[in-house]
Amino acid sequence: MRRILLAILVLAVYVLHQDVWSWRSAHPLRFGVLPATLAYHAAYTIAASILLWTLVKLTWPERVVGLERRTGAPPESVRRREEPRP
Amino acid sequence: MIEAAVVFAYLAIVLYVGIFAFRRGKETGEDYFLASRSLGAAVFLLSLFGTNMTSVTILGSSGKAFREGISVFGLMASASALVIPLTILLVGPRIWAFGKAYGHKTPVQLFRDRWEAGAIGTAIFALEACLLVPYIIVGVLGGGRTLSALSGGEVPEWLGGAVVALVVMGYVFFGGMRGTAWVNAFQTVLFLSFGLAAVLVIGAGMGGFESAVERMLADPAKSHLLSGERTDPYVFFSFTFIPLSAIAFPHICIFCLTAKRVESFKKTVIFYPICILAIWLPCVFLGTLAAGEPGMDAAIGPGGSSDQVMILLLKQHAPRWLAGVLGAGIMAAVMASDSQILALSTMFTEDVFAYHGGKEAFGERVQVITGRAFVVGVTVVAYAIAMTTQQQIFDIAVKYAFTGYAALAPLVVAAVFWKRSTRHGALACVLVVAAGLLGTAWLESVYPAPGVIWDLAGLPLVKRTPGGISLYPGFLPVVPLTLLSAAALIVGSLATRPPSKETLERYFPATTWLEPERRAAST
Repeated sequence: MRRILLAILVLAVYVLHQDVWSWRSAHPLRFGVLPATLAYHAAYTIAASILLWTLVKLTWPERVVGLERRTGAPPESVRRREEPRP
Repeated sequence: MIEAAVVFAYLAIVLYVGIFAFRRGKETGEDYFLASRSLGAAVFLLSLFGTNMTSVTILGSSGKAFREGISVFGLMASASALVIPLTILLVGPRIWAFGKAYGHKTPVQLFRDRWEAGAIGTAIFALEACLLVPYIIVGVLGGGRTLSALSGGEVPEWLGGAVVALVVMGYVFFGGMRGTAWVNAFQTVLFLSFGLAAVLVIGAGMGGFESAVERMLADPAKSHLLSGERTDPYVFFSFTFIPLSAIAFPHICIFCLTAKRVESFKKTVIFYPICILAIWLPCVFLGTLAAGEPGMDAAIGPGGSSDQVMILLLKQHAPRWLAGVLGAGIMAAVMASDSQILALSTMFTEDVFAYHGGKEAFGERVQVITGRAFVVGVTVVAYAIAMTTQQQIFDIAVKYAFTGYAALAPLVVAAVFWKRSTRHGALACVLVVAAGLLGTAWLESVYPAPGVIWDLAGLPLVKRTPGGISLYPGFLPVVPLTLLSAAALIVGSLATRPPSKETLERYFPATTWLEPERRAAST
């Protein structure tokens, strides 16, 4: 369930990239200089960073990266298979 | 000429960094191509970001913003801020873990092992190599144009391009991955530091950003550049597909293998959007405001390239010595073609030379020498092509390198996530991408712009535009090509036999690799 909610959140952020509503005018100018769509997308990149922080906290692929904590050779089942070269 | 002299001094420092790194390295393939998989978190973040910060970022973005306005930031930067780190988070740790477990040095080795594919792996190598060359060309072009603009034309583009190509070739040749990573980290820090100085100096030179913006808004011929009113929503949407290319780029895949610890990926994906903001925002903002600067259109000239707009701003508003220092910062970004050259060399030596028995026959030392010879060959070819092209940097990169690799992203995702994917599915995906790109290039060369190429019952399905090809209702080729390549991979995989159970167990084990440790800890 948590993964589905996170997927919906990612999709929502992806859709919010299409800020067609702020394209018509440069106004309002943020901080007196940044046109509306530029300010929106600057804020969007910060929101992306926060989203990624959330994803790192909640979806870090422990199952795959557990290999890193092992020392020495990987177990037999994951050791590199030596294939004959053609 | 003072500006160019400062840049030459900078290039000498970069060469030193590369050669210094070489002295620390060992003469083994693992060390030359992957820095012995030993990069720490800070170098990993800075150099991974530096690898993606190319002449497209600095010269291409400001040049495009000069022509098309502020929406260029949303077009490339903010879409990349979400999609690139997201794909690195999903795919990167898996590529790292598989590489560590099975000794992969290239993505093709992963594909060959994962799908039990021999000749199909060679086909993937061939396509990836062809698509990477345009990206390298962009680096050489950017270097030539930067030096030429900084010196006021005293250093011609061909000479500037040759100097940059020689320096990049030099430190990749001697330093391999370790040298490239350290140079990229150094360049990123340099650019982030001097980028802020450039913004402040240029802003002051314009009489303050507020008055520069007000001047542009008051000019009916330029005010549209500060809004998105002329942005095509379908093109804007299409550009969200372009950042998918990042994870499919061989140099990014190979870079994922160099991390010492997988935790390095965490900080990288979190800080990546912030780095994008810090670099792209000033470039796009300054590029747009440059359009309102008096005399800028004349300085570029009617047939000139707007890629030099950032350099012209520096020359106009900064003291000469500072323009040189800031120009060196721009060179730092422009020279990111190093990673692509090294990636091609690594792929050639591993996927062609070693795979076909060269390593066993001649030894590891000859393998490294072969890699270095390939570095020289690729650089010379890229230089020769760069000197004959007249296109804008942004357009070359998007049309060929970014579109092709974005369409190859399903291949990488399927390799690490989808058990049922097969080598024939991978081949179908590669063939669709190759056919799509060749078809697009052919249509562009045959049909003049603007015009309708294919009309169906009144609907202009395929159109020739001044920028290239557009598909109804206005998508760039990257959208249908990515969807078609994914569909080909799915259909091709479902129609053919999956890899052996043994291979699937190695890549998708029923229990986690930590399971034995957890059991031992609990007893």
